[in-house]
Amino acid sequence: MSFDLECRNLTKRFGGTTAVDDVSFEVPSGSFFSILGPSGCGKTTIMRMIAGFLEPSSGDILIRGKSILDVPPNKRPVNMVFQHLALFPMMNIAENIGYGLRRQGMAKAQIAVKVDEALDRIGLPGIGTRKIDELSGGQKQRVAIARCMVLEPDVLLLDEPLGALDLKLRERMKVELKSLQAAFDTTFVYITHDQSEALVMSDTIAVMNEGRFEQMGSGRDLYYRPASAFVAGFVGDSNRWAGRVERAEGNVMQVRTESGLSMRASARDRALGVGDAAQIFVRPEAIRISTAADDLAHFDNHLSGRVTNLLFNGAASRIVVAADAEEIEVNLPQSGEFANLTEGDAVHIGWAGDQGNCFAAGAAP
Amino acid sequence: MKSGARLGLILLLTPLLLWLVLLILIPHVDMFLVSLRERVGVGEYQVSLANYLTFFQEPLYLWTFLRTAVMSIMATLITLLIAFPVSYFIAKIARGRSRSALFLLCLVPFWVSELVRTFGWMILLRETGIISNLLQWAGLVSGPVEMLYNDAAIMVGLVYTSMLFMVVPLVTTLESLPDEVIEAGYDLGGTNTSVMREIVIPHAAPGIVSGSIVVFMLSLGNYLTPTMLGGKDSLWFTELIYSQFIVRFNWELGAAFGFMLLLLSSLIVWGMLRLTGQTLERTMG
Repeated sequence: MSFDLECRNLTKRFGGTTAVDDVSFEVPSGSFFSILGPSGCGKTTIMRMIAGFLEPSSGDILIRGKSILDVPPNKRPVNMVFQHLALFPMMNIAENIGYGLRRQGMAKAQIAVKVDEALDRIGLPGIGTRKIDELSGGQKQRVAIARCMVLEPDVLLLDEPLGALDLKLRERMKVELKSLQAAFDTTFVYITHDQSEALVMSDTIAVMNEGRFEQMGSGRDLYYRPASAFVAGFVGDSNRWAGRVERAEGNVMQVRTESGLSMRASARDRALGVGDAAQIFVRPEAIRISTAADDLAHFDNHLSGRVTNLLFNGAASRIVVAADAEEIEVNLPQSGEFANLTEGDAVHIGWAGDQGNCFAAGAAP
Repeated sequence: MKSGARLGLILLLTPLLLWLVLLILIPHVDMFLVSLRERVGVGEYQVSLANYLTFFQEPLYLWTFLRTAVMSIMATLITLLIAFPVSYFIAKIARGRSRSALFLLCLVPFWVSELVRTFGWMILLRETGIISNLLQWAGLVSGPVEMLYNDAAIMVGLVYTSMLFMVVPLVTTLESLPDEVIEAGYDLGGTNTSVMREIVIPHAAPGIVSGSIVVFMLSLGNYLTPTMLGGKDSLWFTELIYSQFIVRFNWELGAAFGFMLLLLSSLIVWGMLRLTGQTLERTMG
């Protein structure tokens, strides 16, 4: 497999703080790679180092196998879509898209052809003479991408470009970005703090925290098989408990939480022994609800409690169940059988032991 | 309720209207009327354009005006050339405390009066001044050098006096250009010069134009600097107006000169705006 972008032991220190700490990764050609992390985790620093606006303290960046550390930003085969898009307000749309080509010294007629092609490709033909501020947010987005893509970069960097859009448009742009990436067949490196953007669009996601990659894998890997407590807590929602391991049988842990609730969870080959402090994560959709305790008998963990809160959110509606001094969030099934639940109703909940993810405590955010 | 709002509006506008009418409109109308008078005898006047004719018929007046205009334009250009890099550094390169410190350094000279500042230049440039002594001490010249009383000295004084009025609008417009946009320029293959030419300068154009207008007007209407630093051959148009009013006591001709200055400077500014494709609304708004 050939890699468009490789970072080897990339490190960046600002004074005494290490923003990026020994990060290595490879991005295969034509794939959509995301770096997902909370703000301040160092993802923007990585991006700026790849674009050439920052110099790494140590490590190497390779594009198509060649180190680009000595190449200035305007000569790198990498282009960037900025957070606020950074379209040039003093130029019209065609001039914006043609800017890079003019800099390459391409003939005027040829630039015009290329610009028209690019406008066709982003589905906005014939708007070349318009001004930037006449465009809607989504159109600006597409123009910003076209402005980079006419240069046929090896890698396109995108720095949270959807952040400024409203929710509806953001949802649409996610799908659109993915199809633009397929249409241009270019490697995209996308950074975001929004997990759903990363999960929907990416082939590979790296979850970043405090300058390091916590886990790298497909969206499914991250969601169903988080490698660390941070990933489990950051990607998707979870019920979270801290407790102590009372019994360990292979990967199956019997854990007692601080409030005294005992439950089974899976350690998935992580080193955990009896007496260790542990953190348990259980996703709200992994928990089953029932009105009769018998229905849940086959689960390792079952509890009875009362509904204390109804969080209606369409398909993602939840209830909060109070049981044994714990509050547990549970997703309502989509079938509508619990549509009539009200606060104070008695319910039974249960989940399989291997749905509970158990980590050694201490590393969680 | 509605009459209350009207009263508020009137009260708010009153100081502005008083200012405009009393200090600008009335004196100018009166000045205009004075400029149209011709003295035909003792205490006898008639309406005529004779004063304006004098301005156009006497080559000294016309030449002095042209010289003043050309030198003011040059002073504006030199100020722009010096102020632009300074402003770019303050707005885009300096960060945090050093930025405010640099801005303050531009401001500090303006805490003393223009008169004192001009005397400062005289101390530096005169025959027995610091620079002359320094050159003699270094052995570069054999005798004292007089650097005052010529056009170059006027130019130095004008540029120095005008600097802040160019730096302020430039820093303001440059600050409003996001760093991201400049970076995008480099990212897409721009070189230093092309980013400057295609992105920074077009963005700063309103600031450049408004700064230039202010500096041009200030230089054109400057009296102190040309009088003190200029020699007997470096006549400034404002000196002519002064001598008509105060020395010759010929208010009619002085008023006509004043009006010609107003008219021609407005014409030059209008021409410059047309030339650079800017509008007054854009640069002042």
